[in-house]
Amino acid sequence: MTTAHDTSLRTRIVEEFARVAREHGKTLAPLTDDLALLDSGLDSLCLAIIVARLEDRLGVDPFSAADDADFPVTLADFVRLYEDAA
Amino acid sequence: MPHDGDALWEFLSGQGHLAERALSTPDAHVPLSDLAHGSSLGAPLEEFSDRSVLVATRGQLVAALALIELSGVARRVVLCPPDVSAEHVAIVIATAAVDTVVSDQRRDVAARPHVRTVLAGLPQRVSTGLSRRTRRRTEWILLTSGTTGAPKLVLHTLASLTGPIARDTAPVTTTVWSTFYDIRRYGGLQIFLRSVLGGGSLVLSDSGESADAFLGRVAALGVTHISGTPSHWRRALMSTAARKIAPRYVRLSGEIADQAILDRLRASYPDATIAHAFASTEAGVAFAVSDGRAGFPAGLIGDARGAVEKRIGDVEMRIEDGSLRIRSARTATRYLGDGAESLRDADGFVDTGDMVELVGDRYHFVGRRGGVINVGGLKVHPEEVEAVLNGHPEVRMSIVRPRKSPITGALVVAEVVPTRDDLDDPARARLAEELLELCRRQLPRHKVPASVALVRSLAIAATGKIARSSRA
Repeated sequence: MTTAHDTSLRTRIVEEFARVAREHGKTLAPLTDDLALLDSGLDSLCLAIIVARLEDRLGVDPFSAADDADFPVTLADFVRLYEDAA
Repeated sequence: MPHDGDALWEFLSGQGHLAERALSTPDAHVPLSDLAHGSSLGAPLEEFSDRSVLVATRGQLVAALALIELSGVARRVVLCPPDVSAEHVAIVIATAAVDTVVSDQRRDVAARPHVRTVLAGLPQRVSTGLSRRTRRRTEWILLTSGTTGAPKLVLHTLASLTGPIARDTAPVTTTVWSTFYDIRRYGGLQIFLRSVLGGGSLVLSDSGESADAFLGRVAALGVTHISGTPSHWRRALMSTAARKIAPRYVRLSGEIADQAILDRLRASYPDATIAHAFASTEAGVAFAVSDGRAGFPAGLIGDARGAVEKRIGDVEMRIEDGSLRIRSARTATRYLGDGAESLRDADGFVDTGDMVELVGDRYHFVGRRGGVINVGGLKVHPEEVEAVLNGHPEVRMSIVRPRKSPITGALVVAEVVPTRDDLDDPARARLAEELLELCRRQLPRHKVPASVALVRSLAIAATGKIARSSRA
């Protein structure tokens, strides 16, 4: 089930993906839930910047907060990590 | 020119014209002739003979007077800047075997039974004859400014300290020196010694004084030669008082002088010689460049690969593992202390830890070896990013720091002081975006800041360098 809050969170994350891709001249794959982050067209530097900016916007860094967080594989995993931390 | 064993006072009295030369602070103007019949020290000079003396005054003026008197008399003078913590002062006292403290405060700095504290102040007339015969080769101990931990104690002699000072010019009493530095640090001590040996006067800064007030005095007293770090100068140029001064010689040292600050100083002082010097407490002054361009000519290093060093004057330089190495009679002798590391390598070179890169016909300083930010295995020197940001006409100064990243280990982020502090939100957003765009054009991706924050000011440490406390 998707709440309005979750939708807005997903939207903000997707916006950040698009912005960083643009800044770094990367072509972004269509951002579907099952898109593997490795296939998104973004490299680890881009993902690092996205995580930093999301921390500034949302006040959370779920990667550093969790002791043994598995690195998310898909975009849906990535979004869920933020939903769980929110 | 003094040689080992000489005293500054002997040198001064040999030059004459002391009534025309002075040391100035906001509160006092002391003609050097006051030392001819008076002393700043609250005990007879003979009592400092063979002593290891910590000069721990609050103000610079009394320290300057004490150094003139004690050089050539004391076994050792230890120069203690006022910002050294009590805990570190205790370590310095133990390491330098200090037995006498010169202070301008009525309190016991050392708080140790066998350490004598002597009060010092403005010169007081001495009724009995002053004997200022040079007795010895005084050791000069300077403290390095480690950002963490206790300072290191660096041993110099008057010969190594005055090595960089021109020996062929006659003293000029009309030269008025000033410096943003504290004279108890290497960069400031160079200016103090230049004023003493060069025949001129010296305008000292005061820690309680605003940049405006200091520059106002610099203007009023007709300072002709003035030095500071690039951070000092970036801050000074924000002051309207900077337009009132008219120096003939502007010197930068202590930090990388990027093209932007050289250009701004050139625009502000079109008739001045603008020189940027490379120096460190351990390595001494290696060279000064006054062609208005950042970096230094590759010709100063013998071979681009650094295999051969080249001699300029009495300074030899080479590059090894990317950092500048210096061998000269101006380098310090050693660090004080049991088990202290060696200051020079087997060939007698001091590793400055300052990393250089050859770009065209010049070497450019890119940063400190220890200051590298590691972004996913790729190295970034904060200073190279700052140089790009500072090149934007709307940027006064900037600092680039590491930010922890769970993905790449670290990222670089920037804080920038705009030249104008009245920008509205859209203008601030526009400037931040322009700066990111500028970095993207000029730097590899991993060096582009993940964020640019506009701030009102940046902290400058007591050393005059931008305060780089790491947050990662």
